[in-house]
Amino acid sequence: MSIIVSAKDLNLYYGAFQALIDVCLDIPEKEITALIGPSGCGKSTFLKTLNRMNDLIPGVKITGELTYHGENIYNGGLDVTVLRKNIGMVFQKPNPFPMSIYDNIAYGPRLHGKLKKAALDDLVERSLKGAVLWDEVKDRLKKSAMGLSGGQQQRLCIARALSVEPDVLLMDEPTSALDPASTAKIEDLMSELKKNYTVVIVTHNMQQAARISDRTAFFLVGVLVEVGQTNDVFSIPRDKRTEDYISGRFG
Amino acid sequence: MRWGVATPSRNKKLSARRRISGGLLKGIVFLCAGVTVALLVGLLGFILYHGLGNINWAFLTTARSALKNTIGIFPNILFTLYIIITALLISLPIGVGASIYLNEYASHKRLARMIEFTAETLTGIPSIIFGLVGYLFFCRMLGLGASILSGALTLVVMVLPIIVRTTQEALKTVPDSYREGAVALGATKWYMIRTIILPSSLDGIVGGCILAIGRIVGESAALIFTAGVGYQLVTNYFQALGTSGGTLSVALYVYVYEQGEFEAGYGIAAILVMIVLLVNFATKLVKKKFKRI
Ligand SMILES: Nc1ncnc2c1ncn2[C@@H]1O[C@H](COP(=O)(O)OP(=O)(O)O)[C@@H](O)[C@H]1O
Ligand SMILES: [Mg+2]
Repeated sequence: MSIIVSAKDLNLYYGAFQALIDVCLDIPEKEITALIGPSGCGKSTFLKTLNRMNDLIPGVKITGELTYHGENIYNGGLDVTVLRKNIGMVFQKPNPFPMSIYDNIAYGPRLHGKLKKAALDDLVERSLKGAVLWDEVKDRLKKSAMGLSGGQQQRLCIARALSVEPDVLLMDEPTSALDPASTAKIEDLMSELKKNYTVVIVTHNMQQAARISDRTAFFLVGVLVEVGQTNDVFSIPRDKRTEDYISGRFG
Repeated sequence: MRWGVATPSRNKKLSARRRISGGLLKGIVFLCAGVTVALLVGLLGFILYHGLGNINWAFLTTARSALKNTIGIFPNILFTLYIIITALLISLPIGVGASIYLNEYASHKRLARMIEFTAETLTGIPSIIFGLVGYLFFCRMLGLGASILSGALTLVVMVLPIIVRTTQEALKTVPDSYREGAVALGATKWYMIRTIILPSSLDGIVGGCILAIGRIVGESAALIFTAGVGYQLVTNYFQALGTSGGTLSVALYVYVYEQGEFEAGYGIAAILVMIVLLVNFATKLVKKKFKRI
C-alpha cells in the first residue's frame, strides 16, 4: 500500500478564521477514503487543498506540508494545470457545461493538447464507459448535456473528470443532490473506479461511508479526530467524539 | 374570534364589493393599455401612411442631385452603416473586455462598482452633451473635424455603457459551477472564459449590440455636431471616415427643419420606424434562440 497524497501539519486560514488545524492524513493509492464529519468541519476545505481549488478564493493562507507523489503541492514552481489534470474533481451539484454530451467530455482532452478526431472519439467513449453512462447516451452524443437527468449528469461529470486520465478523484458529496436510485448507481460505480483510481469522497451520509469506503477520516471543527480502516472506525472507534458522532449523538 | 367568523351574508356582501372594485381596477388598467396601444399604432400608422408613398427605388439608391432637383438618401444609408460599423468595431472589444475584467478579474469590488455606477450615469446623460464634448474633443482638439470618424467615436462613448451593462448582466448569469468545473479540469482562467463564459453570454452581448445599433440609428443631436450633415456619395469606407456625413436621422432633421422637404422627411421617418421595428424583432429573436440551449 503506497501513499499517494500526504498532509503533514496542514493549517488553512480563510482570512483570520482557521478552517483546518494541524491536519495529518495519508491517502493510500487505489482505495476509497471517506471524509466524514458535521457540516462546516472543513471536509470540503481539505478536499479543495488537494487540487488547489482554494487558489480561487482570495485571502486563503496555507501552512504545513501537502505532497502528491512526494512533491509539494504548494510548491511555487508546480504547474497547477498538470496537478488538476492528475487530481480530478466531482462536485456536489452536477455541473455539466452548457454544450453537447460529446463536447463536455472532450473539453478536458482538448484543453490539454490536440488529438486526432478518432483518438478523441475513442477517449470520449472510454470515459463514458468508465462512468457507466455510455449505453444511455451513445445515440445522443451531440445533444445538449442539460437534457440528462440529475443522476446522468453526475455520471457525465465523473466521465468528464476521467477524460483527462487522472489518478486521484476527489468527490465532494457527489450523491447528496440525487435520488436513491441514482445514488446506488454511483456507489456501484465507485467500487469499479477504485480498481484504477484513488478516490477521496466527502460524505455526510455515514451509511454511505460505511458501505463504500476502505478508510474513513473523521473531522470536527477543523481537526482530524480519527482516521483508520472504515470497519474499525465504525465498530471500535478510538476517540469518544468519533463514537458520539457515528452513533448519531450529534451531527 | 368575533372578526374571524364570516357569516354567509357578510361573505356575499364582501365578495360583491370586491368584485366591483376589482372590475373597476381592471377597467382602468384596460383603458391605459388601450390608450398606449392606440398611441403607438396611431403614430406608426401616421408615419408609414405618409412615408411609404415617398419611398421608391431612386430615393433609396441615388444621392441628392441639385441639377435634377431630386432627393436621394443612398449616401445617408451608407453613412449610417459606416457609423454603426465603426462604433461597434471600437466599442464591442472595449466593452466586452471591460465587462470581463470587472466580472472575472477585478478583485477591487469598489472599483468595479464605481465603473458600473459611471456606466449607469452615462446612460442617462442627454445626447446633446455627448455631441458637445465630442465636438470639442474629437473634432477640435484631436483635429478630426466633422467626420464619420468623429461621429463614430462620440457614439462609442454613448453606447459603451449599454454594451458593458448588457454584457455584465449576461456574465453574471453564468453559474460559478461552470467556472469551477473548467478550472478543476486544469483550464486556465482565460481558456475557461473563452470556451465557457463567453459562449454562454453570447446572447447578452448580441442583445447589447442590437440595442446599441438602435441607439445609433436613432441618434441625431450628438451627430449633427460631430459627423456633420454631408450628403455626398462616398462609397469608399476609409475615405468616408474622414468626410462629413449625415446619418438617416440627421438627414431627416436637415430635410424637414432646414429645407422644408416634408416628403423626403416622411420617407426617411418611415424607413427609421421600420428599422426600429426590425431591431426590436431581432432582439426578441436572439433572446428566443439562445433560451433554448
Ligand atoms: N470561502 C470561505 N471563506 C470563509 N470561510 C469559509 C469559506 N469556505 C468555507 N469557510 C468556512 O470554513 C469552515 C469549513 O467549511 P467547509 O470546508 O465547507 O465545511 P464542510 O465541507 O465540512 O461542510 C466553515 O466554518 C466555513 O464557514
Ligand atoms: Mg462541504
